[in-house]
Amino acid sequence: MTTSPTPAGAVDYTTKIPNNINLAGDDRVLKALEQWHPGYIDWWMTMGPDGFQTSDVYLRTAISIDPKGWAKFDYVKMPEYRWGILLAPQDENRLVNFGAHKGEKAWQEVPGEYRASLRRLVVIQGDTEPASVEQQRFLGKTAPSLYDMRNLFQVNVEEGRHLWAMVYLLHKYFGKDGREEADGLLQRRSGDQDKPRMLGAFNEETPDWLSFFMFTFFTDRDGKMQLESLAQSGFDPMSRTCRFMLTEEAHHMFVGETGVSRTIERTCAAMKAAGIEDPYDINRVRALGVIDLPTIQKKANLHYSLSLDLFGSEISTNAANFYNGGLKGRFMETKIEDDHLLTSATYPVLKLIDGQIKSVEEPALTAINMRLRDDYSKDCQGGVNRWNKVIEKAGIKFAITLPSVAFHRHIGEFKDVKVSHDGKVLSETEWIKNRDQWLPSKSDGDYIASLMQPCWERGKYAGWLSAPKVGIDNKGGDFEYVKIHRA
Amino acid sequence: MAEAAAAKRIDFQTDPSRYHHWKLVTDGDRAELIMDVDENATLFSGYQLKLNSYDLGVDIELADVLQRLRFEHPEVRVVVMKSGKDKVFCAGANIRMLAVSTHAHKVNFCKFTNETRNSIEDSSENSGQKFICAVRGTAAGGGYELALACDRIILADDGNSTVSLPEIPLLAVLPGTGGLTRVTDKRKVRRDLADAFCTVEEGVKGARAVKWRLVDRVATNSKFDAEVAALATELAASIKKAPGAKGIALTPIPRAIAADTITYSTVRVAIDRPGRRATITILGPDANPPDDIATMHSQAAQFWSLRLARELDDAILELRLNELEVGTLVFKSEGDPGRVLAHDAFLANHAEDWLATEIRNYWKRVLKRIDVTSRSLVATIEPGSCFAGTLAEIVFACDRSFMFQGSRKGDNRGPATMLLSAQNFGAYPMSNGITRLQTRFLGEPESVGAAEKQTGKSLDAAACEDLGLVTSAFDEIDWDDEVRIFLEERASFSADGLTGLEANLRFAGPETMETKIFGRLTAWQNWIFQRPNAVGADGALKRYGSGVKAEFDKKRV
Ligand SMILES: [Fe+2]
Ligand SMILES: [Fe+2]
Repeated sequence: MTTSPTPAGAVDYTTKIPNNINLAGDDRVLKALEQWHPGYIDWWMTMGPDGFQTSDVYLRTAISIDPKGWAKFDYVKMPEYRWGILLAPQDENRLVNFGAHKGEKAWQEVPGEYRASLRRLVVIQGDTEPASVEQQRFLGKTAPSLYDMRNLFQVNVEEGRHLWAMVYLLHKYFGKDGREEADGLLQRRSGDQDKPRMLGAFNEETPDWLSFFMFTFFTDRDGKMQLESLAQSGFDPMSRTCRFMLTEEAHHMFVGETGVSRTIERTCAAMKAAGIEDPYDINRVRALGVIDLPTIQKKANLHYSLSLDLFGSEISTNAANFYNGGLKGRFMETKIEDDHLLTSATYPVLKLIDGQIKSVEEPALTAINMRLRDDYSKDCQGGVNRWNKVIEKAGIKFAITLPSVAFHRHIGEFKDVKVSHDGKVLSETEWIKNRDQWLPSKSDGDYIASLMQPCWERGKYAGWLSAPKVGIDNKGGDFEYVKIHRA
Repeated sequence: MAEAAAAKRIDFQTDPSRYHHWKLVTDGDRAELIMDVDENATLFSGYQLKLNSYDLGVDIELADVLQRLRFEHPEVRVVVMKSGKDKVFCAGANIRMLAVSTHAHKVNFCKFTNETRNSIEDSSENSGQKFICAVRGTAAGGGYELALACDRIILADDGNSTVSLPEIPLLAVLPGTGGLTRVTDKRKVRRDLADAFCTVEEGVKGARAVKWRLVDRVATNSKFDAEVAALATELAASIKKAPGAKGIALTPIPRAIAADTITYSTVRVAIDRPGRRATITILGPDANPPDDIATMHSQAAQFWSLRLARELDDAILELRLNELEVGTLVFKSEGDPGRVLAHDAFLANHAEDWLATEIRNYWKRVLKRIDVTSRSLVATIEPGSCFAGTLAEIVFACDRSFMFQGSRKGDNRGPATMLLSAQNFGAYPMSNGITRLQTRFLGEPESVGAAEKQTGKSLDAAACEDLGLVTSAFDEIDWDDEVRIFLEERASFSADGLTGLEANLRFAGPETMETKIFGRLTAWQNWIFQRPNAVGADGALKRYGSGVKAEFDKKRV
């Protein structure tokens, strides 16, 4: 390992970049990557984790796709992380599995007819990857432990690699336009007024660690669902790219689920030790220096509703066209027992009709987004149930619940209506009166912010968060996951 | 029937020995062009060409006559067009033929007949050949449109001879093949009178026809021939062209037609049916032009510039009428751009020679034919190509143009270049009256000047992109994919959507009679021909001649 970041331009692109795409023999991608890479490093240095670029972080690096190679652990300075281009292995017999082209051989090249649509799908997915790194860039400073700090950086470098994965598709298959779009991915900035990221949730702040855990639980899970449906694509390189990304995504959601779970665990333990039974006795709970369960519920409400917006309108002709064109399928498409054409099927969609939330049968083809969102909600519910097990075990009468899908929405059917946590349509005044019991208030935010004190001592954890059951790579909780060398 | 009309291959090559419908008699600087349609010599089955009505086959012969008049009979100054039939001049396009034709054929038919009529006007303006239409009997619909294309119309004042545009009352379609542009803009008929004229089925005759400006003169039967002759003398005197021109023979164009290829001496057409496109490769001259003009006259139809113009013209027509599923035409070229420029210079240096002038005028018409071809037009300019001067106009006629930047590995021909000549700056006006570069740079006229400064220079891809002469330049790494994806994407769009888009974008700038004619044709005639009032089961075209009155949907749209 060298001790200073590699100067941009000195990378040997043919040997230093882990890949299974024969990069050394691909003039087109090499040339494009050489031009893009300095901008990427520049982006990482200015928008990546703030203050830790010279620290040694115990990270896993994917250097190949076989079980031995996809998670190599070692200390790495993040700017020297070996971002690579790895695709799931090609299946020569793979077919287009849905839509009008069902049964054709999967495409190895972009069909001209779908160039614009595919490019759009790649760019939207690609835009989310660097956005979350930007959203999380100041969190290192308030890390509740070296273990959590390391997890944050692991997620960050892998989002960087996911960006690479999308950029590879753009460089390899979309020519001049693709190269321009790849540059655009480095130019937009999360939350920037003039050049924001493309999707709403990726322009929101991630101000504290509980938000980070909620984000990786809820919003990275949207990423998972999108990748799952793109992994079904008839455009084979897209499918293979997304399939490999999903192996990394699992860890991001693990960080989120266990992070929230450890927060809950610590709160419950503190309450029990202090003899507090009422979870709504907020002042007393907060006096213990832990986050009360109702506030955790509010955080979940916020992140869940923002993430639902990422699925777009319930009824969408774009989504129908993507499906019919064989570009983007459903979650577990090949496991579903139907005709995979959806030309005559229907699907129940929640809609706002005469001020009431009602389920209506809509053509399944245009309800593709709705279906993916339903699968997403089910997936979320599984994690929520595991959180509730922790509360139950502590004997506290409280359960985290997912709010109604109509609650606090900015996109789709319910964007113009105010709805309570449990799905009742409200007047504007009722909403204003009750808002703070469902969404984090200013004072909730201030309280959480007050807890965000760095805890960087080996083996120590901030008072609001319990230690993990096991460490990373079979190391203990007291392993030095980050050797901090502050710049 | 309609199916048969779509299936039969239409050939645009003919010569006087094979004419069924026309006879040309020349006498010094006069010619008589007699229309005597053989009613059984139809292009398709299912109709007869009664009353000197015409189908595309009749018009193909007329186009051939006009071409031969220019090249084989340059001595002719006045052409008198008349009917070989007794009581009828021409009844226009054959209605039963229209009724059994596919929509695509109807539109292509109208487009070609428009081009032929424009060609008459072009001869009058540029080839020193004026046309007199001597109408005896009825000139109805397309028959009157034919008369309108001539410089003068004389109508027999016999109580029977009429001119008329009966389409609205009779057939529920728009008169003429180019709308009413020649009535309003060429003959400048007052609008209310034109309205009245177009709704009177039996038409207008005698003095009223003159008064309404529908014809120039009337003459009684006994004085008719003398009047025509007097008018011819008058017109001939007005024409300034050097006497003594000796025509050349337009020999048959050698061509080999296979399933997916058409091969000429200077043009190769290759059709990719699954891709729905045809590649048209133009071969540059294999030698420099001759040293003197006499040699060009002896080379005649073999002279490269003329040979290519004829072959390219035929290729475009072949694709238009016989390859309806081919949505995109990709133009390529191979050869020495220097030699192309030398041919341009040769023609420019002999502007006083009638044949050199005719060849340039012919190129102007071929390029216009490309302009109005309702297919996506794409040029790919690659190493070894020769898009220079006149051939560069083809690039400028295209909807998109792609240029190869640098060379291919292992190709020692050097990078692709484009060259401009004086021909790109005035010799080939489009139907809107201005050049393709002026049209291209309507919003930035200074770009025309910037391009003109580069005349004669080898312009590489970067320079061409910079000057705005091509859409995009791609290097070897991107080329195959970008071009492939563009073509696939193009093929996936709606054919009608593209036809509309391209027609809208190609003719920026001033309106002329010609742009109006094609604009009215594509927009109005296309629309009206699709409406149930014309082609529905109870529509006028279907019911024509059945004795049952058509039933109209009276709602205005
Ligand atoms: Fe990601
Ligand atoms: Fe992620």
